[in-house]
Amino acid sequence: MWEYAPAPEARETARLRSSYGMFIDGEFSESSAESLKTVNPATEEVLAEVAVAAPADVDRAVAAARTAYERTWGPMPGAERAKYLFRIARLVQERSRELAVLESLDNGKPIRESRDVDVPLAAAHFFYHAGWADKLAYAVPGRPDPTPLGVAGQVIPWNFPLLMAAWKLAPALAAGNTCVLKPAETTPLTALVLAEICQQADLPPGVVNVLPGAGETGAAVVGHPGVDKVAFTGSTEVGRQIQRTLAGTGRRLTLELGGKAANVVLEDAPMDQAVEGIVNGIFFNQGHVCCAGSRLLVQESVYDDLLGRLKRRLATLRLGDPLDKNTDIGAINSAGQLARIRELSASGDAEGAQRWSPPCPLPDRGFWFPPTLFTGVSQAHRIAREEIFGPVLSVLTFRTPAEAVEKANNTPYGLSAGVWTEKGSRVLWLAQRLRAGVVWANTFNRFDPAAPFGGYKESGFGREGGRHGLEAYLDA
Amino acid sequence: MRKTYKLYVGGAFVRSESGRSYPVRTPDGAFLANAARASRKDVRDAVRAARAAFRAWSAATAYNRGQVLYRVAELMEGRRAQLVAEVAAAEGVPAERAEASVDAAVDRWVWYAGWPDKIAQVFGASNAVAGPYVTFSVPEPAGVVGVLAPRASALLGLVSVVAPVLAAGNACVVVAAPDRPLPGVTLAEVLATADLPGGVVNLLTGHTAELAPWLASHQDVNGLDLTGADVEQRTALEVTAADTVKRIPRVRPGEPDWTADPGTTRLTAFLETKTIWHPAGV
Repeated sequence: MWEYAPAPEARETARLRSSYGMFIDGEFSESSAESLKTVNPATEEVLAEVAVAAPADVDRAVAAARTAYERTWGPMPGAERAKYLFRIARLVQERSRELAVLESLDNGKPIRESRDVDVPLAAAHFFYHAGWADKLAYAVPGRPDPTPLGVAGQVIPWNFPLLMAAWKLAPALAAGNTCVLKPAETTPLTALVLAEICQQADLPPGVVNVLPGAGETGAAVVGHPGVDKVAFTGSTEVGRQIQRTLAGTGRRLTLELGGKAANVVLEDAPMDQAVEGIVNGIFFNQGHVCCAGSRLLVQESVYDDLLGRLKRRLATLRLGDPLDKNTDIGAINSAGQLARIRELSASGDAEGAQRWSPPCPLPDRGFWFPPTLFTGVSQAHRIAREEIFGPVLSVLTFRTPAEAVEKANNTPYGLSAGVWTEKGSRVLWLAQRLRAGVVWANTFNRFDPAAPFGGYKESGFGREGGRHGLEAYLDA
Repeated sequence: MRKTYKLYVGGAFVRSESGRSYPVRTPDGAFLANAARASRKDVRDAVRAARAAFRAWSAATAYNRGQVLYRVAELMEGRRAQLVAEVAAAEGVPAERAEASVDAAVDRWVWYAGWPDKIAQVFGASNAVAGPYVTFSVPEPAGVVGVLAPRASALLGLVSVVAPVLAAGNACVVVAAPDRPLPGVTLAEVLATADLPGGVVNLLTGHTAELAPWLASHQDVNGLDLTGADVEQRTALEVTAADTVKRIPRVRPGEPDWTADPGTTRLTAFLETKTIWHPAGV
C-alpha cells in the first residue's frame, strides 16, 4: 500500500455554528423544549446544539404547512413552483463544498463520497423535479388532471442526510405539496442548511419546515392528523410501526425500508470489475446503505479466485479521517450503530462463520469498524438474514444460476440486487428473476433522480425518483 | 339436480378441511344452497397453492396471459344463462338487471384481458440517467394477493377486483361475498376450464370476518384488497398486515359503483416497479 500525504478538506468550509434552530414557517426558532447535541462520529466531539421539536412545534409546523398549501404553494402555477426548485438546485450547487464538508463532519462519511455523490445528487434531484412541476398532466398515465395531496410528513435516516432530504422534498414540492421534514437525530445539520437555502431562494414561508429531533418527534410528525401523506425512509421495524399508526386513517404512505441485497457473481463475470463492484456495494458509506450488497453470492468454480482478489483489494482500502480526500472508509455514524454492527458480527463468529479483516489500525477516538468479510456463511446465519448496516460482507456460494436465484430471493427483503456476468442473456435472465426493486447488472449502487428506486416485499412500497416517484405525491 | 358448491383451491374443487358448510339464502330468505365454510387451514392451503402458481403465471408471456384471460371471458359468456340466474337469485334483482350485470362482467373481463401486454409500455420507463448506463424500469406483479370480494355485487364486483390482479400477473386468494358466494363458485368453474393454471385464483367461501385476519397476517401474502372487509374490521386488518409490510390500496367506505369506468387504479395496485441498470461501454 502506498503512503499518501494527508489531504484534508478545511473544516472551516462547513461554516459550522454552535447552535441550530428548527425551521418553521420560514423562520429559524429555538425549541420550546429541549435540544440535542450532534457529534462528529470520527472524533466524538460535539459539533453543535440543535433544537428538538416538541409536539407543540410539530403542531405549529403542520399548521404553517397547511396554510402555505392552501394560500401560496398549492394555488401557485406549476411553472412558478418550478422556478423555486430550480433556484434551490442552483443554491445547493453553489454551496456544495460547504454542504459536503458539513455532511462528512456530521455523518462521518468520506468527503470523497459527500462531495462526489451526496451533494451533486441532491442538487440533481431538485433540478430534475423542478422540471416536473408544470408537467404534472403527463406524470400519471390516464390521469390528465392530478392534484397534490396536501401536507407531507417526511422522516429520513442518517445515512444520506442531505440526499434523503432532497429525495423527499423535491418530488413533494414539484407536485404542489408542502412539507414537514424530520431529519435524523444524529445528522440534522445539512437539512437545516437546506432550510436556509429555501430561505435564500425566497421559498414562501411554511412550504418547507424542518424539525430536528429523535423518534418522538418523528412519531409526532407521522401521527399528526393534519398530515395527508407520510413518507419514511429507515428501518423495517419503524416502517411497520408507521404503517400500524396510519392503519385505518386513509392517509397515504410510502416506505423505503431495509434490505439484505444479494450481489451475484457468476463464473464468467469480469472479475476485476466485479471486485470493484463488490467493494462499492458493501463498503460505500461504511455499508450504511439500505441497498448495500451485503450478501455476496459467488459461483463455486470462481470462489477461490474471487476471494483472493477481494482480500487483496480490501487491504488497499484507507480507513480514517472522513475529511481526508484519500479516505475510502469513514466513521460509523453513532455508538449505537457501532454496537449493533459488533453484536451482529459476534453472532457470525458464534454461529460458525469465519471472520476476516485486512490489517487496519483504527483511530483511538470516534466510532470505527474495519472492513470485514465472513466466509462459511449459511443462509440460516443471522449475518445472512439481518440487515447489519455496516461494512460487513457475508459470502455464500452457489453452483447454478437457478440456485443463485433461490438464495438471492430467500429473504423477506427485496430492495436491490446485483448481477455480474459477461453474458447478456444471463444478465437479463437473472434480472427478471431477482425479486428486488433495483437490479444493478455489472455495476452497483448507482442512483439518479430519473431512475425509480424502492423495494419489494418488506423493503417497503412506493418509489422515489422518476415519474413513478412523483405519483407518490399526487392524488391521481 | 341441486348443485354442490365447493371451494376452489389449487385448481381443484374441495370441501373445507373443517367439514363446515353454511346455508346461502336469497335476500328474501329463501334457501339457495349450502356453501363450504372455509377455515384458517383452507386459507393457508390456498396461499400455498397461489405461491406455487405465481411463479409460472408471472413468468408466462404477457401474450399468453392475455389469451388465457380472454378465454375466461369467452367461457363466461357461454355460461351466461346460468350466471344470470345465479346473480338474480343472489342479489335479489330482476332478470334484466342480472343480465346487464353479467354482460358488464364479461366486458370487464375482456377489458382486462387486453392489458397484460400493454402494462410494461404504459407503466414502465426508460430512464435518462446522467452517466454511461442503460437504465429502464419494468412493472412486475407483487406476488400473492388476498382479495376480499365486495359484499353486494356477486359477479360484476368480484370480476372487477379479481381480473386486474390477474392481468398484472399476480396470483390470488379470494374470499367471495359471504352472503352471495354462489356466482363466484360458478366463476371458479369457468376459470378451471379456461386454461388458467390451477392455483392462480383460489376462491374461498365462508365468513370474510373469520378468514380475513389469516390473510392479513400470512407471511407469504404480499398485498391485500380490503374492498369486502367488514368496515369495523378494516383498521385491525391493516394493523395486522403492517407486520409484513403488505400493499393495501385505499378503499373507500361503501360498495363502489361497479358500472363506472374501472380506470387503471386496480390494475396498478399490485404492481412493483423494478429498475435495472447496466453500463454501456466497450
